Amino acid sequence: MGSGNEQFLNLTLKVWRQKNSKTAGTFETHQLTGISTDMSFLEMFDVLNEKLIHEGKDPIAFDHDCREGICGMCSMFINGRPHGPKQGITTCQLHMRSFKNGDTIIVEPWRSAAFPVIKDLSVDRTAFDRIISSGGYVSVNTGNAQDANNILIPKSAADEAFAAAACIGCGACVATCKNGSAMLFVSAKVSQLALLPQGQAERKERVLNMIAQMDAEGFGNCTNTGACEAECPKGISIENIARMNREFIGASLTTPNK
Amino acid sequence: MSKGFFKSSIGKKVIMGLTGLFLVSFLVVHVGINSLIYANDNGETFNAGAHFMAHNPLIRVMEIVLFAGLILHAVQAIILTMENKKARPVAYAMTNGAANSSWYSRSMALLGILLLMFLVVHLGNFWVPTKQALMANEEHNTFENLKVVFSQWYFVVIYLIGVFALCYHLLHGFQSAFQSLGLNHKKYTPTIKKIGIWFSIIVCLLFASMPVTMFLGIIK
Ligand code: HEM
Ligand code: SF4
Ligand code: FES
Repeated sequence: MGSGNEQFLNLTLKVWRQKNSKTAGTFETHQLTGISTDMSFLEMFDVLNEKLIHEGKDPIAFDHDCREGICGMCSMFINGRPHGPKQGITTCQLHMRSFKNGDTIIVEPWRSAAFPVIKDLSVDRTAFDRIISSGGYVSVNTGNAQDANNILIPKSAADEAFAAAACIGCGACVATCKNGSAMLFVSAKVSQLALLPQGQAERKERVLNMIAQMDAEGFGNCTNTGACEAECPKGISIENIARMNREFIGASLTTPNK
Repeated sequence: MSKGFFKSSIGKKVIMGLTGLFLVSFLVVHVGINSLIYANDNGETFNAGAHFMAHNPLIRVMEIVLFAGLILHAVQAIILTMENKKARPVAYAMTNGAANSSWYSRSMALLGILLLMFLVVHLGNFWVPTKQALMANEEHNTFENLKVVFSQWYFVVIYLIGVFALCYHLLHGFQSAFQSLGLNHKKYTPTIKKIGIWFSIIVCLLFASMPVTMFLGIIK
């Protein structure tokens, strides 16, 4: 699928190389020639890795899966921004036409104490999974599914819950936040359930447990800079953070000794 | 109240927000009393205000609460900032914060430290002499005190830097406090943000005007 005005770029790539979480990493520089502007950013990495493999060198490890902006795996911090220079997209949705011939591109992994580097650009985001298992669920009775109209949900609540549920757990919010805070992610997960009737049973317990787990994982504290919201590929709003603060304050005030 | 509240990240932010808004409420009183110099009556009205502030028992109690609030705000800020530094042990080689946030929202700790340094000078200039006079059972002429301090250009510069730091601290802090307390609403948040901006600008322009007009001899 050509754009009709395909061009070819020569680029300098500075990539973070790191053997594992125990060793310190460094930047490695690669010269790339003839990179099509129609390629995605990950395809550019595929080309580079092919070359490295042919030369008998270690290819660069990076995470990816769906390559269509829905799995959230493609964590790359590109020229100082998560997922690169464009808003509202993931790295796999970034195209090389966003760069100019002769550009130098710096690619780093998400840097967070809670996301240790596995190798090169690939980081361990299971801290997010542990936060989800601490409270990001609803208890449902077994048996036949209820008739959909048995539970009435106001359109506005459904819309807000749906918007919050768009979070793909990519971690760009943590990566870009100067405090390494995970508040946007956690607030999206708390909100999507707190807004719906099905989420009411565990409502207080959920927010208390998820915040406790978030703090235990070593994420930083939010200072409301709004960087997360600006860089989130799914446009999750920091209104969710305020909602989570309300939920947490309310649950703390009314829960004895938790 | 649940046990872990004040140790949790959100609990600490609630304290920041509450103490921050409390300090904001103090600024209203402070800028109001100080503006009495614009009566331009050789400090008569201003000194009457200063006398009231120095002798009213309720204000005396509030002074202690104010110091406690400021210390709590500063201590909590230092703890939060240290935790935030720990959350990113390896720094990025390149960041582009300007693409997603304002410089002052990212510099609250720096602006706060500037404010703290300013406050040391400020308390030394006015609070200490007032207390000394009170202790010696003398009537302190605060207006004369102002004139002496603001006849020196370097104090004028220090005060302008202090007010600059305050202005940007508040430009982010005012609305941020509401967000921290969970007070965000589609209908009211835009108004809160507007009030925050106007409040920061008006209060800081008033504060900044005082050393300048006194230095220039407009207020005598
Ligand atoms: C007149 C003095 C001050 C006023 C009126 C004031 C006001 C505020 C307000 C309203 C906030 C927002 C709170 C929130 O986001 O929940 C804030 C945050 C902050 N203040 Fe102050 N403050 C003052 C002095 C200081 C001092 C002396 C320091 C430093 C030692 C400081 C450090 C901070 C920091 C680091 C934050 C960011 C915390 C955050 O947003 O989470 N402030 N301040
Ligand atoms: S809130 Fe946005 S940036 Fe954060 S994990 Fe979810 S999708 Fe990614
Ligand atoms: S690879 Fe799935 S979102 Fe990019």
